[in-house]
Amino acid sequence: MPTIVVDVMPKAELLDPQGKAVAGALARIGESAFSAVRIGKRFELTVDGEVDDTVLAQARTIADEVLSNSVIEDVVGIEVVE
Amino acid sequence: MTIRIGVITFPGSLDDRDAQRAIRIAGATPVALWHGSHDLEGVDALVLPGGFSYGDYLRSGAIAALSPIMAEVKDAAAAGMPVLGICNGFQMLVEAHLLPGGLIRNANQQFIRRDQRLRVENAATAWTSEFAQGQEIVIPLKNGEGGYIADAASLARIEGEGLVAFRYLGVNPNGSLNDIAGLTNERGNVVGLMPHPEHATEPGFGPDTAAAMRSGVDGQSFFASAIAAVAAVAA
Repeated sequence: MPTIVVDVMPKAELLDPQGKAVAGALARIGESAFSAVRIGKRFELTVDGEVDDTVLAQARTIADEVLSNSVIEDVVGIEVVE
Repeated sequence: MTIRIGVITFPGSLDDRDAQRAIRIAGATPVALWHGSHDLEGVDALVLPGGFSYGDYLRSGAIAALSPIMAEVKDAAAAGMPVLGICNGFQMLVEAHLLPGGLIRNANQQFIRRDQRLRVENAATAWTSEFAQGQEIVIPLKNGEGGYIADAASLARIEGEGLVAFRYLGVNPNGSLNDIAGLTNERGNVVGLMPHPEHATEPGFGPDTAAAMRSGVDGQSFFASAIAAVAAVAA
């Protein structure tokens, strides 16, 4: 069944406390190649049947209105995976 | 006729019973309401209590903000009914767009539990009128996702329009921008804050004060304010 994958990230200009904590841990174990970490979310929406424009538009709407909060997050990707 | 204040219980609410008790102590009648209902049962004011609705899944308060009863809460708020969101309830109010901005994990990643000093920044709301403008109060704070954020333009508007209801004093416990602990809407009927007024309403169970251990009852004025606001409309 086709799946719509939605990726959501905290806004670049806002503090991401989780990413900051992971970046601190990487520095402690000597992984110095990575200067910053940001943590986002991946949603997999399973679709019964075909993904047409209507379904994709619905996915965009819920990505903007439910899966993310535009005050603190951005939807950075919506793609269909077979 | 006594004033009736509804407290909505969501799956994962923790402080609904404490809020009901605080309402009773203030002299009003608490009414237990259910998230899955569309009936506010004719209450005069509403409290969205603290807790961890839906385990804080997705975002704190986000799934609860989609509850059936929230349609009626939005209508009531638009009609001017006093609505107070405490902690998780504050998170629901921002997710429901009844208050601006958002709340994220505490800047230090720690769950914070302490008696918190606050300054009342707006004593002209339905939930703060019994305070003096600028009054310092102490009520408990306990949360993991209390960092208040908003973009620069929203923050400027919030400050410019006097929508900051409470500000943290002393140490900023969670990285909230501008030390914001609580907000009001433009009309002053919808107020949300991360600290817990319902835990500071009964001598013996509140924060310590200079006078005696656990004697702090600064939370009482929240509920007294709402009762006064409802009475003023009825008069």
